[in-house]
Order: sequence, then structure tokens, then C-alpha cells
Amino acid sequence: MAAADELAFHEFEEATNLLAETPEAATTSRSEQLTPQGHVAVAVGSGDSYGAEDEVEESDKTALLQEEKQQPGFWTFGYYQSFFDVDTWQVLDRIRGSLLPRPGHNFVRHRLRNRPDLYGPFWICATLAFVLAITGNLTLLLAQRRDPSIHYSPQFHKVTVAGVTIYCYAWLVPLALWGFLRWRQGVQERLGPYTFLETVCVYGYSLFVFIPTVVLWLIPVPWLQWLFGVLALALSAAGLVFTLWPVVREDTRLAAAVLLSVVVLLHALLALGCKFYFFQPLPPAHVAPPPRATALPPSILLPPTSPWSVATPDGRSLQAQHERTLLPALPTLRP
Amino acid sequence: MAEAAESPGDPGTASPRPLFAGLSDISISQDIPVEGEITIPMRSRIREFDSSTLNESVQNTIMRDLKAVGKKFMHVLYPRKSNTLLRDWDLWGPLILCVTLALMLQRGSVDSEKDGGPQFAEVFVIVWFGAVTITLNSKLLGGNISFFQSLCVLGYCILPLTVAMLVCRLVLLAEPGPINFMVRFFVVIVMFAWSIIASTAFLADSQPPNRKALAVYPVFLFYFVISWMILTFTP
Repeated sequence: MAAADELAFHEFEEATNLLAETPEAATTSRSEQLTPQGHVAVAVGSGDSYGAEDEVEESDKTALLQEEKQQPGFWTFGYYQSFFDVDTWQVLDRIRGSLLPRPGHNFVRHRLRNRPDLYGPFWICATLAFVLAITGNLTLLLAQRRDPSIHYSPQFHKVTVAGVTIYCYAWLVPLALWGFLRWRQGVQERLGPYTFLETVCVYGYSLFVFIPTVVLWLIPVPWLQWLFGVLALALSAAGLVFTLWPVVREDTRLAAAVLLSVVVLLHALLALGCKFYFFQPLPPAHVAPPPRATALPPSILLPPTSPWSVATPDGRSLQAQHERTLLPALPTLRP
Repeated sequence: MAEAAESPGDPGTASPRPLFAGLSDISISQDIPVEGEITIPMRSRIREFDSSTLNESVQNTIMRDLKAVGKKFMHVLYPRKSNTLLRDWDLWGPLILCVTLALMLQRGSVDSEKDGGPQFAEVFVIVWFGAVTITLNSKLLGGNISFFQSLCVLGYCILPLTVAMLVCRLVLLAEPGPINFMVRFFVVIVMFAWSIIASTAFLADSQPPNRKALAVYPVFLFYFVISWMILTFTP
């Protein structure tokens, strides 16, 4: 039994490391380990161990006390209030944790301490949706400054598109992931898979790194934009992978590899889609109006062979040429 | 004899005792009569009976509501720590402001169908659903403000931004150019800051102290989006 070792002075991080790595340890041994840990953690006196010490105890005891805790029904207001039971410093701490993923540190166990909240995912998604639409519009505005023949329009429909995309991604993909993990872990009775809210939390907080990235995409230097994009995607996907790894490594190698690569792939698709749809790359040489996701009346479309001859003042004919030759991969949103 | 000291005092079984000895066993209801009358000042009741609002002229009714709305506008324009907005909430002001803003913001030209600014319904939905979401958020975080009070405050604090919209429309009648844009930008920024300050002056006190930033941030986002819609309005 490791209890004798645990009586030595330990930093608080190690305790949660042990908890994260050995979730299938018997609960009696964990609570035995915990009392000297809790005792030592108070003496350490570091900033977050004071408040977190009872939370670790709580997260261990929740497994034992889950049936005894009186959960209010889902029709009461108090039920939803329990998901917003966070303080400002907690939300900031979770955001910081998502920005700096570390290999051994599982977001759910270390940062959420098994107490997920809905505030972070909801408002991060809302902020990201609005920031995407606004900065996308800003790039158009800045492009028009440089080149007055581009027609500027507020493009308000992009707000709707951004909102729907981000919210669907941040809520449906965790649902699918949670369902898949439950199905795979169905036979093993342990504290393994995360609850739905924890998965939503992980995804929501992992989207935070895209907010400054999207703002930095205003800089019209293409290789810099790609660099920022790749960096943000790496941080975000790393956070997801490090969180999912302890749950998935129990499974067969094939299933684990497939799951992790699908998760990363979906994340990359989201980033690429947002970049292409909201920040159309304007080629530097020619006048190129941004493609619009509208159904143009066919009379205005010119055949591709006569590109620059006839141009309406807002450049709609140029758009057809531009779309066909330069951006074949643009997701077609025309009805 | 020792029991007599503990038992509730019976009037009449007075054996000679030292001063204040039996004070502890006097029960108030039996020994010291408390009587009196509680009177309500009749003035407010008289006023209620005299001017029942059913019999007054329509002009009186409308003017009373308009004055209430106007008074709240003044409170928003000069935000002080007063409770008028919270205590006597009404939703007329937010409705008037929202309709005015949406009418001014809707895209005028018919040819830019899907690519232009927001439609009337989109502005309406953003304002009202945004306000409802912020209110739900602040209630879920543990704030002790009622639902309609919060809607009232958020709606009234759109007033500076509506003023900014009016100014922007007037400025846009002049010739376009960078100065035009800078003036509009400056006006919108100032009014945005005014809205935020006005709404936080009313809303911040109702939140638990360690969650104030969590409750104020959505308000910031809400007014930011409305300011963006105002700034990018092109006729």
C-alpha cells in the first residue's frame, strides 16, 4: 500500500496526479491516502490548494455520496443553478488551464475537479461566434480601405451562420463523443468516462484559444495567419487529446487511435472552415471582391472566359470568375 | 419553596420577597397589558379612492406613463445610484427604444438581399433574446434581481446607443470619407461606454461579490454587438 509513502511531504499536484492515473484504485485506499494528503495540503498554503483541498475530497466522496445527495429535479431552477456555481477566479483559472495544456494534466481532473460549469462553454461560444463574424467583416472593411472598388457590406447573415456552427460543434460533438465513450466503456464499471457536462466543458474551454487567434487573423499577412491558425489548433487539440487519453488508453489501440484522430480532424475542420468562410483570402495582385454566399441571378454571371471586361460597380461578375478559379474548396453555401 | 421560585408567577400568591426577586417569572401577557391602536395615515388611501385610474381621461393615462418613461430616461442619461429603475420597472421604454433602433438599422436598399445589414426582426431578436439571456445568466449566477427588473435596466440602457444611431444617420448625410468615419466611430465608442457604465451602475450591486465580472461580461458583449451594428450601418 502506498499509504506509507503518502505521509511524506507532497505537493498538492502529485495527489491529483495519482488520482488521475489510478482511478480504478479501491475507494477505501483513496480515502486513506487522502487524509494525510489533505492534512499536508493545508500546510502547503499555496493559493489554490486551500480552496481545492475540500474539492478533491469532495470529488472523491461524490462517488460514494452520489446516491445520497439530493439532486433537485430538472424542472426546478435550482438544478440549472448548480451548473453556474463558479466564481470569477475559477473561470479564469479554467481558461488558463485550457490555454496551456500539459501532457500529464487532465483538464477534467485537474482544472474542473469534476465540477463542470455551463457558464464557460456558453459564453465562450457566444463570444467566438460574434468575434468571428465581426472580424470577418473587419477584414472586408480594411480591404475596402486599401482598394476602394471592393464593395463593403455589413454581412449580417454571417452572425447567424457563425452562431449556429459554433454552438452545434460545441454541443453536438461532445454529445457524440460522450455517447461513444459510454458505449465503449459500458462493460467496465469504474469511474471512467466523463459525464456529458464535463465533455461539453472540455470542448467549450478548448475553443477559447481561437478567440485571440481570430482577432490576430486581422493582420493581412497570409503566412502569419496560417502560423497562428496552426498554433491555435495545436494548443486546442492538444488539450482535448490530453484530456481524452486516460479514458481512451484502456481501449484497443485501434479504437483509441481512431477516436483521437477523429477528434483532432473535426477540430481542424472547424478551424479551416472558419478561416475560409469568414476570412476569404483576397489575392494580392488583382482586384478581387469577396465571394458572397448568395444565389446570384444567372443573368449577371459571366462565362469564365471573359473575366475583367464587364464589371458592375460592385464587382459581382468578377466574383464568379474569382470563385471558380481561386477558391475551389470554398464550402458552397448557396441554396 | 424552591419550586415557587421557578413556577410561573401567580398573581396573588405573594409571599414577601426581596426586591426584583420574582422578576424572572413574570410573564408579560398576564402582568403588563399591551394595548393600543395602529393607525394608517389616511392620506394615501384617500388619494387612491379619489383618482381611480378608470375614470381619468386618456390624456392623463398616457402622460403619466410617458412621464415615468421620461424620468427613467433621465436616470439613464445621468446614472446615479438610485433605485427608481429597479423599483418601478416598466417595459415601455425598452420597447420604444428597440423599435426605434430596429427601424433605423434595417437595411433600406432592396437589391442587397442577403448581404446587407440586419433586418428589423434580426435587431429585435438580438435585443430581446440578448436581454433575456443576460438576465437568465445573472439569475443563474445567484443574483437577486428580478427577471423584469433586469430586462427593464438592460432595455433602458440602450438609450445612449439609440442616440448614437441618430447622430450616425445625421452624419452619414454628409459626404463620406475618413473624417465621417472617425466622427461616427468616436460617437459610438462614447455611447457604448456610457451604456456600459449606466447598466453596471444599476446591475452590479445585485450580484454576489465574487461573480460580478461574470455577470457584467455578457452585458459588455451585448452592447458591443449593438454598437458594431450601429457602426457598420451603411445606407
